[in-house]
Amino acid sequence: MRYLPLTEADRADMLARIGVASIDDLFADIPVDKRLTALPDLPLRKSEMEVERLLARLATENIAAANVPFFIGAGAYKHHVPATVDHLIQRSEFLTSYTPYQPEIAQGTLQYLFEFQTQVAQLTEMEVANASMYDGSTATGEAVLMAHRITRRRKAVLSGGLHPHYAQVVKTLSHMSGNTVLSLSPDVTAREDIIALIDKETSCVVVQTPDVFGNLRDLRAIGEACRAKGALLVAVFTEAVSLGLVAPPGAMDADIAVGEGQSIGNGLIYGGPYVGLFAAKAKYVRQMPGRLCGETVDAEGKRGYVLTLSTREQHIRRDKATSNICTNSGLCVLAFTIHMTLLGEAGLTRLARINHANAVKLADMLSGRRGVEVVNGTFFNEFTLRLSRPAAEVVERLAKKGVLGGVPVSRLLPEAGLDDLLITASTEVNTEADRLAFAKALGEVL
Amino acid sequence: MHNIQGRPTSPSETMVDAALPTFTGNRALQQEEALIFEIGRTDTTGVDLDEPDTFTPRLGGLERKGGTGLPGLSEPETMRHYVRLSQKNYGIDTGVFPLGSCTMKHNPRLNERMARLPGFGDIHPLQPLSTVPGALKLMAQLSRWLMELTGMQAVALSPKAGAHGELCGMMAIKSALAARGEARKIVLVPESAHGTNPATAALIGFAVKAVPARGDGTVDPQTVRSLLSSDVAAIMLTNPNTCGLFERDVVAIADAVHAAGAFFYADGANFNAIAGKTRPGDLGVDAMHINLHKTFSTPHGGGGPGAGPVVLSHRLAPFAPVPYLRGEGEHLRLVEHEAEAAEGEHPFGRLCAFQGQMGMYVRALAYMLSHGIDGLRRASEDAVLNANYVRVSLADLMSLPFGNRPCMHEALFDDAWLKDTGVTTLDFAKAMIDEGYHPMTMYFPLVVHGAMLIEPTESESKASLDLFIASMRDLAMAVRRGETLRFTEAPRYAPRRRLDETRAARQPVLRWTKPAPVAEAAE
Repeated sequence: MRYLPLTEADRADMLARIGVASIDDLFADIPVDKRLTALPDLPLRKSEMEVERLLARLATENIAAANVPFFIGAGAYKHHVPATVDHLIQRSEFLTSYTPYQPEIAQGTLQYLFEFQTQVAQLTEMEVANASMYDGSTATGEAVLMAHRITRRRKAVLSGGLHPHYAQVVKTLSHMSGNTVLSLSPDVTAREDIIALIDKETSCVVVQTPDVFGNLRDLRAIGEACRAKGALLVAVFTEAVSLGLVAPPGAMDADIAVGEGQSIGNGLIYGGPYVGLFAAKAKYVRQMPGRLCGETVDAEGKRGYVLTLSTREQHIRRDKATSNICTNSGLCVLAFTIHMTLLGEAGLTRLARINHANAVKLADMLSGRRGVEVVNGTFFNEFTLRLSRPAAEVVERLAKKGVLGGVPVSRLLPEAGLDDLLITASTEVNTEADRLAFAKALGEVL
Repeated sequence: MHNIQGRPTSPSETMVDAALPTFTGNRALQQEEALIFEIGRTDTTGVDLDEPDTFTPRLGGLERKGGTGLPGLSEPETMRHYVRLSQKNYGIDTGVFPLGSCTMKHNPRLNERMARLPGFGDIHPLQPLSTVPGALKLMAQLSRWLMELTGMQAVALSPKAGAHGELCGMMAIKSALAARGEARKIVLVPESAHGTNPATAALIGFAVKAVPARGDGTVDPQTVRSLLSSDVAAIMLTNPNTCGLFERDVVAIADAVHAAGAFFYADGANFNAIAGKTRPGDLGVDAMHINLHKTFSTPHGGGGPGAGPVVLSHRLAPFAPVPYLRGEGEHLRLVEHEAEAAEGEHPFGRLCAFQGQMGMYVRALAYMLSHGIDGLRRASEDAVLNANYVRVSLADLMSLPFGNRPCMHEALFDDAWLKDTGVTTLDFAKAMIDEGYHPMTMYFPLVVHGAMLIEPTESESKASLDLFIASMRDLAMAVRRGETLRFTEAPRYAPRRRLDETRAARQPVLRWTKPAPVAEAAE
């Protein structure tokens, strides 16, 4: 077997050296009647070529985003990732290293974590960021738990514009931890009055902008209302590119900012792995979950980096830790930080402007067509259409015409009675030809 | 010696100390590298993008005021920056990486190539299901492998790492208890467990009660029985445990736990020792996460991403979270909402957005298909063989806390042999760095003083292990000879000497900030 270097002669020599007659003598602690005598009913080994053939066949059954006019978003976005990113993250020293527990031989990982933390802090205009969470949804769940620890309260209020999967993650975690969640009903036009729900029991208010329907939210009044009642404002975003153009959480005085970092440097990959961004005001740093990288010096006084403030973490504090997270999203962090370095402020701003401009063009093209209404007053690169037919049906028919047109709200919220709504995203990958194809196909299926 | 051009072709005999300072601070291939914030500029970009031809914003006045301050670099500068950083890292491809409990095995590049096929890497989690049948089939195939290998009835694929899998399993247990009207409060966790176990239990409101190990490093079923009560929800047991030993009384423990109405959660971090040799389902396990980034070789990537699917017994299967697969072949579908649950299914909720770590599913399945069940079994055997080879080869010089008996896939030493030498486990680990090795796991498990947990994995050849063993023996002899400075001053040859962790924690600097402008000279 090509991955196993020991030869039969090696095995025999080694068993002799160990002083046992057979390999099974080393498994003697497994109860005799629980040892597998026959192999489970699974295939035997295959060559690299055979495996490649099998998996390639499965892969071709799926429609890849790059091959069609593609307008799906709702929490994961199709962006162009420069070739440099994928090359660099496959460097052996990055790909095959571990969590940097031995900092002297992990300065590469530690320095990019430090750079990432700074980039996320700058992007969100927050004071401090951690070294990543699994994804945006789990980061949101952790943000709510962190707010509970800080305020010593146990009720979270969720906006109706929060991505429904994110809301479900928060509700699952809260239900299991015995905390309370008040979740507003789906808020397509961003008119909810969340401030009225903040009371003295409220630990935090969780609001997403751009929200799942694409609307931009001004969080400043909500933040003020939170402060008046001793609650925290948790700002959520699912499209990190938006922060190149729209007011960031820090500018709206969020206490904790969390979001999905997939759209910088990372592909769609059917939902993961992605990278959760987590930032907060500096005064809350000791309540943060996850790993933090900090600057220090070595024995010769040279600048270097280490994991720090680990007394918050499970491997030190066990059941008193701020979170159970251990492995996070190291390599997705690297992809994010490389892409962000390639972009820089100038590149990110332009990328965000192109995304917005493309969405505006699509909205203008579709608006007023028979059976189509653009719901949003404001948006970044994603907005919601109200259609004259159920959106799930429309999406299937569009797919048959070779257009992936968006996410029916009913896919996320099957029982909300919003079957006529379609969330549609535009990014820099969309061309005028894509938009025309979308508009034409939509006209045919409505 | 000189060649015909008069160029010297052999080192000068007068060449002396190699450690002279250089002007740049670089050491040939080891390049010092500034932060991107010190070398980049906000107006530089390595991505060519044209300004949009029209721009009429619909932002409702919520534009960002002021720049992000993010530095940019051109493409060649970016390439060089990150390549230089990579050269300060040690990976599995660099050398022996015997990090116990982490299973640092070879990461086949075929798996990387497969995960990047556009049909896997470039599909959206919310595409119409009719456009991704191959993705669902891949998930179903992976599920079948995991269930067959573990002898379990169901699998929840979505957890994003081991600790997330623990959360999934413990939530299923909490839900199963609630379904029978019970709210048990206590979870038993052996003292040798990973920190994630007690942290997970506490996260969802359980009180953690420690289970002490008996003298041989394993859990005594009698001790478990004495701790069980009608208020115990579950035991979280790692098997093989973190001392590298198979819990030989696991069946008696499972029986006792079940008899008390509690559940058996297994931490599957060490599944690499037993895949194809025994099945957790046959041992009485109710839920177990599988770190695809350990046993099934998806790259650790400097701390993730991982994947932690959880296999479930028939008692817990009904509580698996959404989304999950139903049906088979061309009739596979994805159940994404609790409301779509069939009769007898009671999903406890959702653990993350979308379907989980698809990129890791592809890699893990490519690994399984490559090995086949015969190869996986052989991999477990070789992993155990390699660990025992290391154990017997070092047993005369280093100390084994539980005697010189067979271990599973990792060999655990303690620091008794270092007593009064002036060398600690940490010093010894740092001296290994100078010898070109990644240190073993140190100071874990907590039940052993100054622990050194060595997991060579099946990826090491005998020649590689022989050199590793010889190096370890040389270091151990140096300790005995009193060559203390070789250890306390180590590492000398790494990109950095020992780092001041105390300073990092006392004066936290967690991000770069623009240096204050230097005051004008007052002349």
